[in-house]
Amino acid sequence: MTTTEERVLQAVPGAEAPPVERALSSPGRGGRLAAAAARSLPIVPIVGAVLAWHLLTTYDVIAWLRFDKVPGPLDVFHSLRVQFETAEFRQHVVSSLGRILSGFALASLVGVVVGIGIGRSKVVAALLRPLIEIARPIPAIALVPLAILLFPTSEQGIIFITFFAAVFPVTVATMHAMKTLPLVWMDAASTLGANRRQVLFHIVLPGAMPAIFSGLSVSMGVAWICVVSAEMISGQFGVGYWTWMSYSLLDYAGVVAGMLTIGALGFTTSWLIERLGRRVNRWLPGEAR
Amino acid sequence: MSSAVVASTDAGAPVELDKMRIDYADGPAAHLDLKVSPGEIVMLLGPSGCGKSTILRALAGLQPIAAGAARIDGLVRLGPEAHCAMVFQEDALLPWRTARRNVEFALALRGVPRRERKQLVLELLDQVGLTPFADHLPKQLSGGMRQRVQLARTLAAEPRVLLMDEPFGALDAQTRLDMQELLISVWRQRRTTILFVTHDVDEALLLADRVVVLTPRPARIARIVAVAHPRDPDAQLQPEFGLQGKEILALLGHGQLPPTEDRKD
Ligand SMILES: Nc1ncnc2c1ncn2[C@@H]1O[C@H](COP(=O)(O)OP(=O)(O)OP(=O)(O)O)[C@@H](O)[C@H]1O
Ligand SMILES: [Mg+2]
Repeated sequence: MTTTEERVLQAVPGAEAPPVERALSSPGRGGRLAAAAARSLPIVPIVGAVLAWHLLTTYDVIAWLRFDKVPGPLDVFHSLRVQFETAEFRQHVVSSLGRILSGFALASLVGVVVGIGIGRSKVVAALLRPLIEIARPIPAIALVPLAILLFPTSEQGIIFITFFAAVFPVTVATMHAMKTLPLVWMDAASTLGANRRQVLFHIVLPGAMPAIFSGLSVSMGVAWICVVSAEMISGQFGVGYWTWMSYSLLDYAGVVAGMLTIGALGFTTSWLIERLGRRVNRWLPGEAR
Repeated sequence: MSSAVVASTDAGAPVELDKMRIDYADGPAAHLDLKVSPGEIVMLLGPSGCGKSTILRALAGLQPIAAGAARIDGLVRLGPEAHCAMVFQEDALLPWRTARRNVEFALALRGVPRRERKQLVLELLDQVGLTPFADHLPKQLSGGMRQRVQLARTLAAEPRVLLMDEPFGALDAQTRLDMQELLISVWRQRRTTILFVTHDVDEALLLADRVVVLTPRPARIARIVAVAHPRDPDAQLQPEFGLQGKEILALLGHGQLPPTEDRKD
């Protein structure tokens, strides 16, 4: 993947290197240097942030913000290495992933079906739209107490909360996609003899995929927020639970290690959705083949 | 070329518009009486917004008929049931399917068994000269190529009536001539009845047996011009071509109506 900054830099010729440097060096070397500089540009702020973090924590800086109890990057790195060697921590990661994937898969399926139903049938729209508009503004995390009461196991409760959070972005995106599909696609299919079912599977569904995938990537983001918060409140497993336990046990390096793990998992799952979306929608005018 | 593609059923079907009226919410859009013989090419010409697309859409089964009737092969079935297929003015290809798969889609909808489809697709793409581009997505094809794929896909439905709504409207003059030749060669093989909407008087006179000139909305028949020498390669050199062109332009409100005998029948 190219980052946005790289793309911008490629698009603006001569933006890579300061003019003085280019004037002094030979064109070939200057070009290479400039390219290297462009590539390293995204790393600079990251290295800077880690360095600042390291310095602030080593010297226990207290200036309104208090860094005396915050673990430094080396402690966190060490904690990560130790944790990833324990089967227990890996089990926590696996159980969070399992919850995310079940809640998300369920939400995608229900969201697409309901979105298509609402978008294509007045009856379904009349039945479900008001219910959705009432339920949608409720933050999924506010359902935790109810989920604990409702479901026999906290596992099911957490999956339900994840589902609840993830289902609305997909539903709404699919619903709107139904209104924007070019009518000529349906006309073409029906003049070729397609029935309603064939129009649905061969026109509506593939045509709505770009919108569905943008809904899915929003869903994936909120799904992680909810799974982690739900685990912190009511879980017995999971990275969220583990992070919170580390805090209770005063293992602050563990807290940050848990945070970073969650970030990495979120990044990876979003990246997978993005990749899949690009494959499915490679026919879009903006996607190079 | 490919004999297997040619419709096994008898070729073109007769089309009869019997005082057919089509309405939109804000009033009638077309109201006309017209008989088209099997295998005839009829060009519809008229001012923008007069209801030409509406007429074709009704025959394709996409638009309800408010009064009167439309009969294809003597029956009041329209659209796919009546083997009536349409080439759209817009890009009507499915953008996620390659040229090959777009054509195959029509075959699949017609119920052609999977193993027979591949060969038929190749023959159809060959007929429109797109074999090398079979695996290209629509976005990788030029406008003219896309219209050729659309033609191939429409032919895959084995139509007995071909409805064409300004199919070459967006193409440059050279490509347009190529497409016209292609259409005529396909027509010579299949003798499909063709109803063709155009804005281009020359195109109408080059392709038609008869040119139907329509009034502003609601579309009614202003005049039917029978072409003197239909599809004659030298037609443009003959005096009738210019005269008939002038006559049609005058009916469309450009210039004086020449004092020719009324050809309306
Ligand atoms: N879905 C619709 N609902 C209501 N009115 C419509 C609809 N489609 C077309 N019309 C109206 O019907 C009239 C005829 O439209 P139509 O598309 O058949 O025109 P046309 O002759 O094909 O024009 P053009 O040459 O510009 O393509 C126009 O006045 C248009 O505004
Ligand atoms: Mg039109």
